[in-house]
Amino acid sequence: MLKHTPLNATHRELGAKMVDFGGWDMPVNYGSQIEEHHTVRSGCGLFDVSHMLPLDIRGANVRAFLRRLVANNVDKLQVSGKALYSCMLNEAGGVIDDLIIYFMDETWFRLVVNAGTAEKDLAWMEKMNADWGMGLTLTPRRDLAMIAIQGPNATQALNEALPGVDQITASLKPFNAAAMGEMFIARTGYTGEDGFEVMVLAKSAPFFWKALMEAGGKPIGLGARDTLRLEAGMNLYGQDMDETTSPLESGLAWTVDLKTERDFVGRAALEKSEVTKQLAGLVLLDRGVLRSHQKVLTKNGEGEITSGTFSPTMQQSIALARIPLGIAPGEEVEVEIRDKKLKAKVVKYPFVRNGKVLI
Amino acid sequence: MSIPADLKYTPSHEWVRVEADGTLTVGITHHAQDLLGDMVFIENPAKGRVLNKGEECAVVESVKAASDVYAPVAGEVVAANGEVEASPESVNKDAYAAWMFKMKPANPADVGELLDAAAYQKLVESEAH
Repeated sequence: MLKHTPLNATHRELGAKMVDFGGWDMPVNYGSQIEEHHTVRSGCGLFDVSHMLPLDIRGANVRAFLRRLVANNVDKLQVSGKALYSCMLNEAGGVIDDLIIYFMDETWFRLVVNAGTAEKDLAWMEKMNADWGMGLTLTPRRDLAMIAIQGPNATQALNEALPGVDQITASLKPFNAAAMGEMFIARTGYTGEDGFEVMVLAKSAPFFWKALMEAGGKPIGLGARDTLRLEAGMNLYGQDMDETTSPLESGLAWTVDLKTERDFVGRAALEKSEVTKQLAGLVLLDRGVLRSHQKVLTKNGEGEITSGTFSPTMQQSIALARIPLGIAPGEEVEVEIRDKKLKAKVVKYPFVRNGKVLI
Repeated sequence: MSIPADLKYTPSHEWVRVEADGTLTVGITHHAQDLLGDMVFIENPAKGRVLNKGEECAVVESVKAASDVYAPVAGEVVAANGEVEASPESVNKDAYAAWMFKMKPANPADVGELLDAAAYQKLVESEAH
């Protein structure tokens, strides 16, 4: 029995093609994944991301708990509503999940974790909570739905759908959030466009979705979500990194804060580790499509594509690949695709942001 | 119409039109493009290539996955459609207009082994569950 988000009936009414996504019954597209992709870069797209899990952590010691729990430093969060992207590591320095942390006040932080890892994450955090004697309350917010509104017209659509919300959106900076009762508006996203991720009580979700559609938002499925995030150079947990990979070999060194004496789970392992690989952006120069697990041949040894696709914005195939160090942007490598060796160029990613091709 | 009556079909979802001069025009069916999703890449066989029946001879790649296309009968490739390689999405728009390649059958009678529209329809229905 697949899990349903509060918008399941809405997707079906819209004629979505539904698939099993990690145990959830989710829309992969509503017709054309490529059209949906273009809509987000040029207009406004709506994504049901209710399968992800908001998790409220409350108590007296939340900040101390999170300082130790995650690799990025929550002390960067001093203004209410400010958000931080971080990895949560295991003792070996492998990635348990990537997540966003919102600081609301010293007794309340909200985390948003991936759907497929939610149970694992919660169990891990409860264990640390107990082991460290933190006395915190962790509340999974399955009573909330989450809708992402992304694209150059996102602000306009949200303002139109919720009269009065412009008082918040007008001054809400990227990577910040504001709470209004149980509604939570974050200026975050997984597409590389301007936009918001909005949490509302589950029962309000279908009405809110329809209001957003009437304001010009178009439904977007998980297929386009993947091509958009890859163009934007954003990692996907389970593909670009997992428990066996270090953030330092996953393009996520920028999210690991080693600048202070702060001890966190996995720090010791990371500091002892020898980094031999990097996550690089690839653009396929020959005709074809780059895909996960294809072998990459470089002058310094073999690597592997972690995520690949055909970029609708660039009309070329792009990928993230874990390859040996010492290969710089501009250099060429080969990718084995169906017994042929095709040429690809290493590029600095992101590939696309705010509708523009960057590479 | 999603299964034209005047065409022949294979169990691997290719369609075949027998031309007046005996050559065969080959593409993939509406059902196939619907399963695969938005097409992004097509690689046709080279002109002159000799194929056995059932041999992998072309690739259609959608956003989701790559899929092989098989020779419906034994024969020789006489033409490949460059337009469909340049615009793979044309297969999604009209699978029966977007032909992929043409071939000269080694044995014209082999066409008789292909499925007719009714048989292909039954196949598609049986695959849906």
